[in-house]
Amino acid sequence: MNIAASLGRFTLNRLQILGRSGIFLFTSVFQAFLPPFRLFRLVKEIEFIGSKSFLIVFVTALFTGMVIGIQGYYSLTQFGAEAALGVMVALSIIRELGPVLCALMVTGRAGSAITAEIGIMKITDQFPALEMMAIDPLKYVISPKVFAGVISLPLLTAFFDLVGIAGGYLVGVKLLGVNQGAYLGRMMTAVTFTDIYGGILKSLCFGLLITWLASFMGFTAEPTTEGVSRATTNAVVLTSLSILIVDYILTSLLL
Amino acid sequence: MIKVENLVKKYGSVTASNHLNCHFEKGKVTVILGGSGSGKSTLLRQVTGLEKPDSGSVYFDGKDLTTLNKKKLYEVRKKMGMLFQGSALFNYLNIFENIAFPLREHTKIADNIIKTIVTMKLEMVGLRGTENLMPSQLSGGMMKRVGLARAIVMDPEIIFYDEPTSGLDPISTGVIGRLIMDLNRTLNITSVVVSHDIESCFKIADNIIILFFGEIIAQGTVEEIRNSKDLRVKQFINGDPEGPIPFTRTDKNYLDEILFD
Repeated sequence: MNIAASLGRFTLNRLQILGRSGIFLFTSVFQAFLPPFRLFRLVKEIEFIGSKSFLIVFVTALFTGMVIGIQGYYSLTQFGAEAALGVMVALSIIRELGPVLCALMVTGRAGSAITAEIGIMKITDQFPALEMMAIDPLKYVISPKVFAGVISLPLLTAFFDLVGIAGGYLVGVKLLGVNQGAYLGRMMTAVTFTDIYGGILKSLCFGLLITWLASFMGFTAEPTTEGVSRATTNAVVLTSLSILIVDYILTSLLL
Repeated sequence: MIKVENLVKKYGSVTASNHLNCHFEKGKVTVILGGSGSGKSTLLRQVTGLEKPDSGSVYFDGKDLTTLNKKKLYEVRKKMGMLFQGSALFNYLNIFENIAFPLREHTKIADNIIKTIVTMKLEMVGLRGTENLMPSQLSGGMMKRVGLARAIVMDPEIIFYDEPTSGLDPISTGVIGRLIMDLNRTLNITSVVVSHDIESCFKIADNIIILFFGEIIAQGTVEEIRNSKDLRVKQFINGDPEGPIPFTRTDKNYLDEILFD
């Protein structure tokens, strides 16, 4: 009886959090369509989530592409199919690794910072302060972050794809001597619009997921030092796991 | 100005506001006194509409804040200013932008006029010249004064002060006390001060409300409170450790608890 009761309470509790986070997201997104519009806030958030992630996305993409280049080359030569290296690098990056790795890197860099920032704003009473100045905190603080995530992630992913393919080219063609025409030519015929569209769709979802979960964890953090540090850790872990799970679901739907 | 009627707020089994009735008069300084956990801040949060009471009403100029929708509540809030305990300055904006913030959000005032207004408010709190500093570069007392400048930048009709002098040195305490009085006397701004600092409160208050475990045990003018016969009030304003207000929180007998298990 006791086990059933505590299981029920646990489930209700989790459902409540889920519901609250849904309302949180809905309100933040909905509020953004009501005036006044704060374009400057949005640009600032895009700068933080997007522009400032360029370097780590560049490094991640370059090495990911290079590793696939080496691995692919040694696997493909066994079948004498090293001409398909370009196809292999491009498809694995555009379909999977681009959106997922990019989202994971942004989670680590920007997601954690978002949670910590919002948590500290909460500790220092900045949300009631906004309320008292007749400004909706969700609209002012959260909406720009969510939209910045949705705008930045596809762009970062496109950049990732480009650099990743270049990394594969560097290793495959320049280092290991795969034919340049085969690498690029077969890639162009094999990669279809659906592949690119799927990758970008994924990154849109991840952008929403990162900013939503990170903001929500910060917003509901216990207003203490430990509370915020716990929320930051939870945000990174939860977001990373959600990205992998959502990636599986989206892949199975898209294919 | 603000009338509180039969306000009830409970957190679980703790009653933070137990049928409170009080009145913050226009143009007067009302001080809400009480020990830690007596429900002062909860009362303030309900009076400003930051939290909804379980039952009861808060009338601001005749309008019941507890029934207003968000848009109308925000309209009322534009007439309110609030100084938070931790100042609640935005740490990503410098002092100038912190104070200019409500103006930029709610008005279309030109930049050069905003600059004039901010300079005037900073002069009032004695911090002209700090415009380009960040909040983290200021001391606690200075941050409170910047918070005060921000609270008055929209020329509110009423200002709420949440523990304006806690954690400040005696001189800063005096400065803040005098600022509250100046704003009240010169601009006729209604003030509500939440505090447990009795000395400085008696200096600035017109009316005093004393809260004790969610209930109002005394309210009246400074003289009335000073001459109160209520033992709890006497203990509180004298700061006696012994008296009807217990120091410990539990009803259990101390000896019973340590001797017999």
